[in-house]
Amino acid sequence: MKVRILYFASFRDAAGKAAEERELPEGTRVIDLWETLAREIPALSRYQKMPVAAVNRLSTVGYHALEDGDEVAYLPPVAGG
Amino acid sequence: MHLTRESIDVAALVAEVRPSDGAVCIFVGVVRNEGDGGETVAIEYEAYEEMAEMELAHVVASVSQEWPEARVRIVHRIGRLEVGEPSVAVVATAPHRETAFTACRLAIEWVKEHAPIWKKEIRPDGSGEWVEPKTRSILSEPRTPLSDTLFNPKWRQEEEDLP
Repeated sequence: MKVRILYFASFRDAAGKAAEERELPEGTRVIDLWETLAREIPALSRYQKMPVAAVNRLSTVGYHALEDGDEVAYLPPVAGG
Repeated sequence: MHLTRESIDVAALVAEVRPSDGAVCIFVGVVRNEGDGGETVAIEYEAYEEMAEMELAHVVASVSQEWPEARVRIVHRIGRLEVGEPSVAVVATAPHRETAFTACRLAIEWVKEHAPIWKKEIRPDGSGEWVEPKTRSILSEPRTPLSDTLFNPKWRQEEEDLP
């Protein structure tokens, strides 16, 4: 299955891109993808725990199983206002 | 729409007052010259726009649910803002001031805690630094009714402890 990953703010700087498409094994969960990304992108591994994650623009939890076509985003600590 | 790349027109928001409104409470956040990380000449705001629109609409709906007589408008600007420019405006209207103040305060705190919006402080030398606030728990206390939480002494204490 294929998902679209979005990167924002400091995560975008760390990843060097705003978005990517990625092929993942069936059954991949939100936390599994985060662990993969944190291994690939050293700047992300400074987070002890998975940041707030959103699938298809709704916040979700680590055991959420991803599906083909999902839009996934891991959110740096927010700082609006 | 709650996000904009244009200057925020606070007067236009206030002009939306309804005949039943007797109070308008306005909060405007502006870019200041001293950020979390030092001297700041501008701030670049970025949002997960589709999700932020949903979250801000959720805040507006939640405030209406808690205080049906109140109405809240929220506008958050994104892009580069210079010192002194408004970054966010919350306008709460209600028949009376107590509700307007409370609704306005709740809405801005909710926005700051939950909306997927980020800011990068720009230093005089042109470098930038993403702001990552320390975890805040203002709205994570039990909040039924919301107004009790908003005005209880413990909550105020936590607020004073914020950086």
